[in-house]
Amino acid sequence: METKRLVFIGVGGQGNLLASRLLGEAALLMNIPTVVSEIHGMAQRGGIVESAVLLGDVSSPIVSSAEADVLIGFEPLETLRALGKCNEDTVVITNTHPLPPFTVAVGQGTYPPVEETLQFIRKRAKRVIELDGNAIAEEVGNPLSLNMVMLGALIGSGTTPIGAEEMKKVLSTSTKKAFLESNLKAFDLGMAKAM
Amino acid sequence: MHKLLTDSPGEKMLLLGNEAIARGALEAGVSFATCYPGTPSSEIPMNFFSISLESDLYFEYSTNEKVAMEVAAAAAVSGLRTIVTMKHVGLNVAADPLMTLAYVGVKGGMVIINADDPSLFSSQNEQDNRYFARLSGLPMLEPTTSQEMKDMTLAAFEMSEALELPVIIRTTTRLAHVRGAVELGSLKPVTKKATFEKNPFRFVTVPAVSRNLHKVLLGKLDKAAEISNSDAYNEVIGTGKWGIVGNGACFNYVKDAVKDLGIENKVSMLKLAMSWPQPNTLHLDFMKKMEKVLVVEELEPINETELKALAQENGITIPIKGKGVGAFSRLYEYDPGMVRQTIADFFGIEYKAPEKLDLSKTPELPARPPNLCAGCPHRATYYAVKQVFGPDAIFPTDIGCYTLGLLPPISMADFVICMGSSASSSCGFAQATNQKVVSFIGDSTFFHSGITGLVDAVHNNHKFTLVILDNGTTAMTGHQIHPGVNTEPMGIERTRISIENVVRGVGVQDVHIIKPFKLKKAMESIKKAMDYDGLSVIISEELCPLFAKATKQFKKAKPFRINHDKCKNHRDCLNLLACPAMYLEGDQVEIDKNACIGCTVCAQVCSENAIVPVKA
Repeated sequence: METKRLVFIGVGGQGNLLASRLLGEAALLMNIPTVVSEIHGMAQRGGIVESAVLLGDVSSPIVSSAEADVLIGFEPLETLRALGKCNEDTVVITNTHPLPPFTVAVGQGTYPPVEETLQFIRKRAKRVIELDGNAIAEEVGNPLSLNMVMLGALIGSGTTPIGAEEMKKVLSTSTKKAFLESNLKAFDLGMAKAM
Repeated sequence: MHKLLTDSPGEKMLLLGNEAIARGALEAGVSFATCYPGTPSSEIPMNFFSISLESDLYFEYSTNEKVAMEVAAAAAVSGLRTIVTMKHVGLNVAADPLMTLAYVGVKGGMVIINADDPSLFSSQNEQDNRYFARLSGLPMLEPTTSQEMKDMTLAAFEMSEALELPVIIRTTTRLAHVRGAVELGSLKPVTKKATFEKNPFRFVTVPAVSRNLHKVLLGKLDKAAEISNSDAYNEVIGTGKWGIVGNGACFNYVKDAVKDLGIENKVSMLKLAMSWPQPNTLHLDFMKKMEKVLVVEELEPINETELKALAQENGITIPIKGKGVGAFSRLYEYDPGMVRQTIADFFGIEYKAPEKLDLSKTPELPARPPNLCAGCPHRATYYAVKQVFGPDAIFPTDIGCYTLGLLPPISMADFVICMGSSASSSCGFAQATNQKVVSFIGDSTFFHSGITGLVDAVHNNHKFTLVILDNGTTAMTGHQIHPGVNTEPMGIERTRISIENVVRGVGVQDVHIIKPFKLKKAMESIKKAMDYDGLSVIISEELCPLFAKATKQFKKAKPFRINHDKCKNHRDCLNLLACPAMYLEGDQVEIDKNACIGCTVCAQVCSENAIVPVKA
């Protein structure tokens, strides 16, 4: 099968490591070869968190510059910062809800206007799927379900061979009961946004 | 039940490399496991810890890596299958026992897991610990996938017992923190106890004994070389005349590159999975068939240098290259794209890398460095100490979350080289300069290697202030226990060692216990310590809020908000504390009530009393 290289980028606490792991679990369920890479430790204290999922006949667990097939950005500024992973064919899926880094609050930098950020991405990427993931997560009553929204958008985008049914099966077995309903709802809404 | 205790051979699980190592050990019937945590090795012991609570496996978080190695060594010479895990710099700490343990060897299989960190994702250096195999004379295995992490761990126990030598498995971040499908084997039962058989001519390393043991070690290494030369681990893939030698994580990049470039029939890849002792016979046979050889290895040119020496000795004159070709350097980790490009360049293949986007007009983006959490007690301690000592004292620091005190606005980290260096380097700074010295060390790091420095300070009459940041856990690596942790809330029986008793016990006269969230009182104590003519220790006690939450010890408090009727926008809260719960809305400071844990520190700092609890 065709190799797919996916890069997840987010901010500590947004849950992109879990999202990439669950995608890997769904691939395993479908017998699609997969490797998932994560960065733990120092990088997690509110900093940028990057993970990658590679599907198909590929052994390398990381994605080099300009080699991502899909970039899934959980925060617009971080999507922009990670554009180096993209080439002209990369599909970009990005949350539009900004989470300004602390350096902005203490005057060590300015957060670029979100619309300009998105405009910059749109001008360069072939296909950009934009959604306010935080609004959807709030809508389903579970602010922590942003990662499910983004996972839904990824599946909805049709850029991977991972099926929605398999993905939901994995979500059902790896989510705490109290959050299952809202997580599945978040996933469905994210998926609808990207289809 | 812990997922790694699933006894269903043939089942496939998506396992983190570190989980796969733990599983491999369980399949070998590992009975005894020790460690000191350190990224990227920490998930191995975290799994052992929970597994030990529901099985016969003995596991301990040892005081430091040297202790972990020695505790494990005793179990292994007694005959138990034993594993000890640490990060690369941890092996420096354990190097002393390692070097002579290689002489005496083991009886039960002993596996040493060493996790290197090329590109320094979470470390103070990127040393290449393949040198430790050469230095100690111990066999080294280098897996390349999660499946191999499991399989080689299992096999390493067998090899260790066959050779009566500990075996080192070297991983790197891109193996330890990569998930891949792993087919499970069957679990083996734990042997709970063994009997130590005395043999002073083997186990008591006085010079007369060790002189002989060194010879024994070299004999064992000859046997290990036979294994290395067999097809048990090292393999040649392909029949082409272009040779590529690869090891560890970057062997995956080689495999993919050869496929992507469509040169499978031109290339032979030598996968070096047992990298010490080198499989010299295999190498010679390989090199004789090649027109040229490219060595792909991260960090130091070890395989490259050894292959060149071997070729020279045997009159082989083909080009053997590694560092300096394309982007291959001794710095940082490799990646698939650069390996593909370099292979293409070296063998003269036409290849066009995917075109990068034009990002030249990217606006300047604000940085997003890691930060101390909202409500982190370290922030309060740093603030209080700076208020008293001012910003100009020398602030030696140590290894843990609190190293983030480096960042503005705290800016209180002036020197750190390794675990424990805060206490001992303070002795040097205090003696070598006339500047005030205040150093910081975490509770786990204090037990790891801070005590010896403190003893030095007492004995040699050095004058400085050591602040022990006691947050009740090993926070940075994921909340492991250490000798000072109260394990009762976790339902675990361990004897807790009082930091205060240790400090007073080694003879420190001026000791202060502070609660960092009570700023005024804390600053009074810090002032006394500053004015004391001698060595002072301040123990700042407050649980890491993340740990407190995880262990149900967290006392929920009301979050705070800004009362804008009172706020005059001095912004001391923001400019001096930089708590990530704060943000700017227009030019007004606001507090995110979901992030705030109600530590009250900002409310104490605000001169307008404008920070108040959120009304219920």
